[in-house]
Amino acid sequence: MNWNWLNRNTDQILSWLLAHLWLAALPTLLGLLLALPLGALAFRYRWSYATLITLAGLLYTIPSLALFVVLPGILGTRILNPLNVVVALTLYTLALLVRVVADALDSVPPLVRQSATAMGYRPIRSLITVQLPLAVPVIGAGLRVAAVSNVSLVSVAALLGVPQLGQLFLVGFQLDFYTPIIAGIVLCLLVAGVFDTIILVAVRIATPWTRAVSHR
Amino acid sequence: MINFDDVSKIFGDGDHRTAAVEDLTIEIPTGKITVFVGPSGCGKTTSLRMINRMIEPTSGTVLIDGVDTRSIDAPKLRRGIGYVIQNAGLFPHRTVLDNVATVPVLEGQSRKAARAVAAELLERVGLPGEMGRRYPAQLSGGQQQRVGVARALAADPPVMLMDEPFSAVDPVVRAQLQDEFTRLQADLGKTIVFVTHDIDEAVKLGDAIAVFAVGGRLAQYATPAEVLSHPADDFVADYVGRDRGYRALSFTVAGNLPVHDEPTLRLRSTGDSSLIPPDAAPGEPYWVLVVDDARQPRGWVDARRDTGGRPLDLDDLVLGGSLVGPQSSLRTALDAALSSPSGRGVAIDADGRVTGTVEARDVLDAIERARVAQGVLDGAEPPAASARTGDADQAAAAVLS
Repeated sequence: MNWNWLNRNTDQILSWLLAHLWLAALPTLLGLLLALPLGALAFRYRWSYATLITLAGLLYTIPSLALFVVLPGILGTRILNPLNVVVALTLYTLALLVRVVADALDSVPPLVRQSATAMGYRPIRSLITVQLPLAVPVIGAGLRVAAVSNVSLVSVAALLGVPQLGQLFLVGFQLDFYTPIIAGIVLCLLVAGVFDTIILVAVRIATPWTRAVSHR
Repeated sequence: MINFDDVSKIFGDGDHRTAAVEDLTIEIPTGKITVFVGPSGCGKTTSLRMINRMIEPTSGTVLIDGVDTRSIDAPKLRRGIGYVIQNAGLFPHRTVLDNVATVPVLEGQSRKAARAVAAELLERVGLPGEMGRRYPAQLSGGQQQRVGVARALAADPPVMLMDEPFSAVDPVVRAQLQDEFTRLQADLGKTIVFVTHDIDEAVKLGDAIAVFAVGGRLAQYATPAEVLSHPADDFVADYVGRDRGYRALSFTVAGNLPVHDEPTLRLRSTGDSSLIPPDAAPGEPYWVLVVDDARQPRGWVDARRDTGGRPLDLDDLVLGGSLVGPQSSLRTALDAALSSPSGRGVAIDADGRVTGTVEARDVLDAIERARVAQGVLDGAEPPAASARTGDADQAAAAVLS
């Protein structure tokens, strides 16, 4: 490790870290917000489940680099615009989470759903106040995978010149110099760890009942 | 009053059509418990769910107090009808109190007001108030069922639908819940439709029983006594079972059975072999009833058994079976005699104190007397819905034919 190099480039690395943070976080949030209604749709209507899950699977198989390159053409943005990265990763997150949300809703015991109907809940209110809260543990587990995979996918965008931690890998490869590569890996792990912890804590706060143990 | 008017429910289409309920016409009286009973696949739950429109009929109309349920917005209709679902169906993510407050909150009440009502209801169904802060997973099955009943009662609906509410708990808790439910209903007088596959439960709780046959056919609709004594067809006879004659004894209060004096021993006294009369068969156990300080029966002890001068404690006792109280039925009286090691059933007064014992032959005589009474009343109308339990010789007569 060349600590001097790190010291000299601290400011640059920090700005890449910040960029990396929001480039990974924003698509995770947007993807979740879009996946909730679409997943609910897939859960609610059998015909839409197969269609949506297949589309999501296809979307996920598109190589990220190809998507980064194609998107500016579709969106009319410049190739260096970070929006391309946000849109691409949002799509990946969405593809991953549609199925998670649909299956999470399906994991809610049918008896609880029927019970909500029998009490006089309207479908949307039942979905938002009964079924979604109960689906949180499963959705949370899926979200952790999506968030961590976004952290690693963002670095691919370095090839397009969008500044973030991926730049450290480029610099390392170009100079055949390991310090930035190691720093990049460590910082990516750190970011992934932070995201994972935030989601874990959020799920924990949202699901106090899962820790309620029997007093019998 | 709830009316099913020629209601059918067909599931599937084309060649796969199956009738869950077929041409059901039935009038369910206000303020009574009507039990839908039958084997699985007989359409009893489907029928129940057509009342609050969780299932829509394929044809026919369901009316509540003369109003076609289809003319009422389904969620609004459901809030006006209490529903107790199998296994309670509580919301796992809400506290017990918030579960009970569900319908009032849906109706727009403030959470605070709804919780106050909920806390009262918890006590009403026999749960301590502090249990309201727990989550359903922290309650036993029986407690969850009670919460389910409290939740259904929260908006004080005139009509309650109960779908096998007590089927998931063990027999002892089930009997307890059934007794509490009977007491609660005596206070509330709701119009209740109760679904079960357990004919004993139907007989115990129902003011009227609707027996459903597979394929959604209503095989018989009558009082429990009538169903047991005059099954409408082979299906009903088969469903209510071979021991229906014995079960029907539940409807006659044992009343004036002769009660014989019974010598008793106090718990913690030392055994007293002087209780054994000289003419008792030697070598066979000689059973003596043991009571506690309040003269309540605790069990039987063999007076020949040598306790070595040690005071009697509970471990020495052989437990007796049922007890015959002032309101007990002939069935209980007979069971008390048959389940006691001495062959003598313990009779108690309203405070649970021993008054003596009854013998099986006396119970059989009482049954014979009821049969004679039936001869006198032959040709009388079948019992009305009100003659469910109680002293009605008329009910006994019909039952024992």
